[in-house]
Amino acid sequence: MIEHNLLEPDMITEDGDFVINIGPQHPSTHGVLHLKVWLDGETVKKVEPHLGYIHRSIEKMCESLSYRQYIFSTSRMDYLSAHINNQACALAVEMGLGVEVPDRAKVIRTILAELTRLASHALWWGCMGLDLGAVTPFFYAFREREFINDIMEETCGARLTQNFIVPGGLMADIHPNFVPKTKELIKMFRANIDEYNQLLTGNVIFQQRTQNVGFLSKEAAISYGTSGPVARASGVSCDVRKHYPYDAYDRVQFKEILGTTGDSWERYVIRIDEMRESLSIIEQLIDNIPEGDIVAKTKQVIKLPKGEFYSRVETARGELGVLLVSDGGSTPYRVKFRSPNFSNLSALGHIAKGSKIGDLVAMMATLDLVIPDVDR
Amino acid sequence: MNAEELKQEILAFHPSVVFDEGGQFVNANIDAADVLTLLTELRNRPAFDFDYMFCLTCVDYKTHFTMFYHLRSLTHRHEMVVKAKIADVNAPAVDTVSHIWRTADFMEREVYDLFGVKFFRHPDLRRIFLDENWPGYPLRKNYEDPNMIEL
Amino acid sequence: MITLSEIAHNIHVKLSGAITNETLLSITEMAIVGIILLGSLVMLSFFLGYMERKVAAFMQIRLGPNRVGPKGSLQIVADTVKLLFKEGLTPNASDKFLFNTAPYIMVITTMLVIAPIAYSSGFQIWDTSIGVLYVSSVSSVSVIGILMAGWSSNNKYSLLGAMRCGAQIVSYELSIGLSLIAIVVLTGSLRMSDIVMSQADGWWIFKGHIPVLIAFVIFIIASTAEINRAPFDLAEAESELTAGFHTEYSGMKFAMFLLAEYINLFIVCAMGATLFLGGWMPLHFGADNAFNHAMDYIPGFVWFFGKTFFLIFVIMWFRWTFPRLRIDQLLNLEWKYLLPISMINILLVTIIAIFGWHF
Repeated sequence: MIEHNLLEPDMITEDGDFVINIGPQHPSTHGVLHLKVWLDGETVKKVEPHLGYIHRSIEKMCESLSYRQYIFSTSRMDYLSAHINNQACALAVEMGLGVEVPDRAKVIRTILAELTRLASHALWWGCMGLDLGAVTPFFYAFREREFINDIMEETCGARLTQNFIVPGGLMADIHPNFVPKTKELIKMFRANIDEYNQLLTGNVIFQQRTQNVGFLSKEAAISYGTSGPVARASGVSCDVRKHYPYDAYDRVQFKEILGTTGDSWERYVIRIDEMRESLSIIEQLIDNIPEGDIVAKTKQVIKLPKGEFYSRVETARGELGVLLVSDGGSTPYRVKFRSPNFSNLSALGHIAKGSKIGDLVAMMATLDLVIPDVDR
Repeated sequence: MNAEELKQEILAFHPSVVFDEGGQFVNANIDAADVLTLLTELRNRPAFDFDYMFCLTCVDYKTHFTMFYHLRSLTHRHEMVVKAKIADVNAPAVDTVSHIWRTADFMEREVYDLFGVKFFRHPDLRRIFLDENWPGYPLRKNYEDPNMIEL
Repeated sequence: MITLSEIAHNIHVKLSGAITNETLLSITEMAIVGIILLGSLVMLSFFLGYMERKVAAFMQIRLGPNRVGPKGSLQIVADTVKLLFKEGLTPNASDKFLFNTAPYIMVITTMLVIAPIAYSSGFQIWDTSIGVLYVSSVSSVSVIGILMAGWSSNNKYSLLGAMRCGAQIVSYELSIGLSLIAIVVLTGSLRMSDIVMSQADGWWIFKGHIPVLIAFVIFIIASTAEINRAPFDLAEAESELTAGFHTEYSGMKFAMFLLAEYINLFIVCAMGATLFLGGWMPLHFGADNAFNHAMDYIPGFVWFFGKTFFLIFVIMWFRWTFPRLRIDQLLNLEWKYLLPISMINILLVTIIAIFGWHF
């Protein structure tokens, strides 16, 4: 039998800090994130993320896949924005080839991307409640999410990892039910966001838990390279859809929602408002899907010219960049994914310092981390 | 600032920079030894004000390594890429920029982990994904995994 | 109409006919009561488990258990059988004696507290003259069980959960005590049956003006905290501390914590029902009138369990709607709000009691 001290040597450090390991298997880390947390009582003194539990080396794998294939391996990075990941990869290839995507494909891609964003934010909202100890929101969020997944299934054939995009357009045309069902969703989702607000946003305990904790200043948000709702909550205008429009985003009107304080509450509110904006984007596009081809003509074997191609999209979590380095062959020479979660996670240690352990969980929820995207 | 102005401004204080023709961004090529001075200037001069580093990575070209720094200025809304060539393939090393952009802390650890590029004066240079005693650096072109099965 | 107290009396008469020895008779009766109590408590926790699932499902737009037995009512039996067959792991590095004793301490304390609760007119296990005091003092022993469980597990999450729980229970004990004293002051007795009888012309929540209403609200909040249920479930906050003080427990030992939790839930709600809502006393207004007589047709135990389960439903409702508090907010709530309010409140109640201003 192994002899143990009741207090193991690493349980309390020389400075008297209590060290706990949150994760890799922990209910609130949404995956296999491992945080080493130095505590003074309940107060967090230091947080250190340990990564790599789900590192699959997608970047290395992509080096041996063709330009058509490598798109699909990225669905498993940020599995909640699988469609948007695919879009980023396809955009990089299209940039290299210099092909113009047909209008119809552009609009459908954009609608699907916004649906993905809605589904992702709905899941985030449910998990946010779960992390703060309210189980009920989770089930309400899944009601809408299931509906979106059903729409996806009809059109793309898959619920989560759609793999619907090919270089130059789309793999297939939309299902006849797509338009009416999406319209139904818009109506339903609008009403249900009000329900979300009644259930969680208006709750006094919830507001007390999230307001005035987890501050991320504008300077820190920029320096840590955060993007998406996390950066926008701190007042950084960084929406890729607005500043570097791709696909059909240049033909829709939407607001980039900016916060001021950068605390957990602001990050929460911004995502709720973003859902409304996504709905309005879909509403503008759904009646105006142009007729025409769904895919541009490309060669069977795609070869990109020598050089670097960087494409970026706004996923549900921030700016996803794809850097393709090509040597002129039929496979990428090097692929680099600039993952939004990786940068957002690096800010966690900064914002969590001095907070309580319960707030650390709330902050992780508001950063909306997806660990497979961090590790890639 | 548009691409031509950027090039002129940079050449004015750093004549050794060589610019690529064409390309999506302004691509500034420089030797790895001088990259820290260039990046510091790019961050600190108000005319440039590259405050947001959105991507940092490395590419193994077999004969040399190239560090890619993708920079963006949120105030001026211009972007550029700095490519730093590391000639030494056996012991690649470059100065850290994690004190200029804190996001570089994690990104440099990732490059160190997967390429084996050392970063001088990095505050916490450890492997980020892999185990400390993992043999080799997986994203290098000459990396061979003994467990890999060719299909 | 046959009442529960008559049944109990008849059994007593039959038994005293059969057993002449006085001591033997008491021991036999105690054994019978003990077995009935154990059985009914287990049945009660089964029912509460089922109720919790159904209430949760109702709140969460889903169906809840509906496969095992009619309307899923046997689901909880299946779960218990599963827990019975599970291996009860004891971690290697734990303090084994404390680790294995802690669940029993939890269950024993909760079972002890059940003694003075009055179910119906004259149907009570132990009508002691210090009923309220007994309940509030014995129930606070359970914190020792939780601290033992947390410490002996040799797990950091357990330790944190146990420390939270210690701070929480010790704090909220004060508010519970003060809100109970409000009724004791009005009644002038600690005896449960006296408290119930004093509500024959109206429940205290109606008779006692606003101060009793405040005391009732404080009692509900503080007792939710006392039994570690959401939004005060910091001791087992699953998103922060995985499962808090019972992280390392499995099998039947884990089930015992669950059993203790449900019995505790029943006890605090029974106490609330007895003190504020009249216990088994039917809804009466004023002295002898037709309304009171009509209400008397509903038996006492129906009133008692109806009120108790109403309160249980309220506490479950809390659990499935509210997010969890943070530890500093939890202690602030007690020491900065509830405790001062209940102190002022007890003063008001005393004034009401002295001048006889209550109805």
